[in-house]
Amino acid sequence: MTHELRGKSAIAGLGHAGFGEAHGQTAYEIMAEASLTALADAGLGLGDVDGLFCTMMEDSMPVLMAAEYLGIQPGVMEGTMFGGSSFVDYLGKATMALNAGLCDVALICYGSNQRTAAGRLVTASRVPPYEGLYQPRYPVSAYAMAAARHMYEYGTTREQLADVAVAARAWARHNPEAFERGELTREDVLNARMISDPLGVRDCCLVTDGGGALVLVRGERAGDFPNAPVHVLGVGAGSTHRQISQMPDFTTTGARESGKRAFEMAGVGPGDIDVVELYDAFTINTILFLEDLGFCAKGDGGAFVADGRIAPGGALPVNTNGGGLSCVHPGMYGIFTIIEAARQIRGDAPGMQLDGVELALAHGNGGVLSSQVTAILGAASTV
Amino acid sequence: MSQMGPDATFREGLERGEIRLQKCRSCGQSVFFPRVACPNCHGIDLDWQQVSGKGEVYTTTTVRRKPERGGDYNVCMVELAEGARMMSRVTGFAPDLVAIGMAVTLFVGDIDDTAAVLCKPAEV
Ligand SMILES: [Zn+2]
Repeated sequence: MTHELRGKSAIAGLGHAGFGEAHGQTAYEIMAEASLTALADAGLGLGDVDGLFCTMMEDSMPVLMAAEYLGIQPGVMEGTMFGGSSFVDYLGKATMALNAGLCDVALICYGSNQRTAAGRLVTASRVPPYEGLYQPRYPVSAYAMAAARHMYEYGTTREQLADVAVAARAWARHNPEAFERGELTREDVLNARMISDPLGVRDCCLVTDGGGALVLVRGERAGDFPNAPVHVLGVGAGSTHRQISQMPDFTTTGARESGKRAFEMAGVGPGDIDVVELYDAFTINTILFLEDLGFCAKGDGGAFVADGRIAPGGALPVNTNGGGLSCVHPGMYGIFTIIEAARQIRGDAPGMQLDGVELALAHGNGGVLSSQVTAILGAASTV
Repeated sequence: MSQMGPDATFREGLERGEIRLQKCRSCGQSVFFPRVACPNCHGIDLDWQQVSGKGEVYTTTTVRRKPERGGDYNVCMVELAEGARMMSRVTGFAPDLVAIGMAVTLFVGDIDDTAAVLCKPAEV
């Protein structure tokens, strides 16, 4: 039986702004630039937006700040904040609101000047009460402990982790929008400065500026806009903890549940997916998510990513823009998994455009492997 | 009758050099961090139990820090013999030699003058 939300919304426009270093710009300016670009891409304007879905790294009420900044008074506002996965989750919430007729044009947006504002960046997060005393470096030490456990249980190696970073860089080298485009070898990753063992600095995502935005409309209207529509076929969420010390099993994430739910709604499986965009805050993420989303068995992720399997020309294209490791990572990367997946379906990816992409998976991670949200996107042929 | 919540009760224990750990009367599970309902069965009948101090390193990382700022240090997750898991630090031992599966003894020490549950390698 087809899920009642399958295909009920579509991405009509997308945009980004301020990639890399956006000197002299505020986070809200970057958010607004990305939003205007996405609306223009859809042939719409700010006056058409009646649903706003946004969170930011700063402020306790960012969706209000964003609405105020954009000069809109939307009837539907959603600002759930559970990290970078929130933006993938907004795809589901926006689909519900559109399908229920609560709004007609939903804008999902984000912006950050994390790189150029470094030193005066304020985060709304407080130190976890049962962890802060031990001074783990957040968030890297949390991911490092997950990586260490994965290595212990499954024999995953630092070389295999390095191959994730090498593959991301290989994609980024084709992408003029990517921040890091220099050659990167396995040895470079292994010899890089250690941050929190077993993760070195090249196992960690970039710190850049940047913003992104998406315009969603009801699926039935998807053909009325200038660009090829990208249909939202399934969205699923899962969460297991907030503080890393409460993660039930350090080698299995909520992506197992989020993936199952998204695939079920979309009525497809991992074998049907043409391109995979994962939130790769750290190299271990890609391995964990490929396993938990069902692209390989639990424990096989290290071997799966080795030797170019997920790199350009490999069997499974993963993070085709260069990911958070090499393209862009402005505090939260989630929205960029959707943007790159949608561009691959539309056929206007800025880097290496794959042939005949009909089904794409975008996966967001939030907190310290805490919240996971998976979306399945499809071309018009898949609806 | 004290009005102290589970968090304050735990922290009072630390100040006295005791590691206080909750145990659920309904399902028998040890509970950390301290709270008002069991995260396993959602029962509200939680007791405080004595801990053996025995534990095992579940996972570990060496946080790199410049020598002039104090040098590298360990952060780990320790699994108590009673079953709960918490963040801790193995002290008095080279941080990069702390290994998963290592037997440790938990004790109350301090980090920057604040009482904390710490670990040392178990006596063999
Ligand atoms: Zn219980």
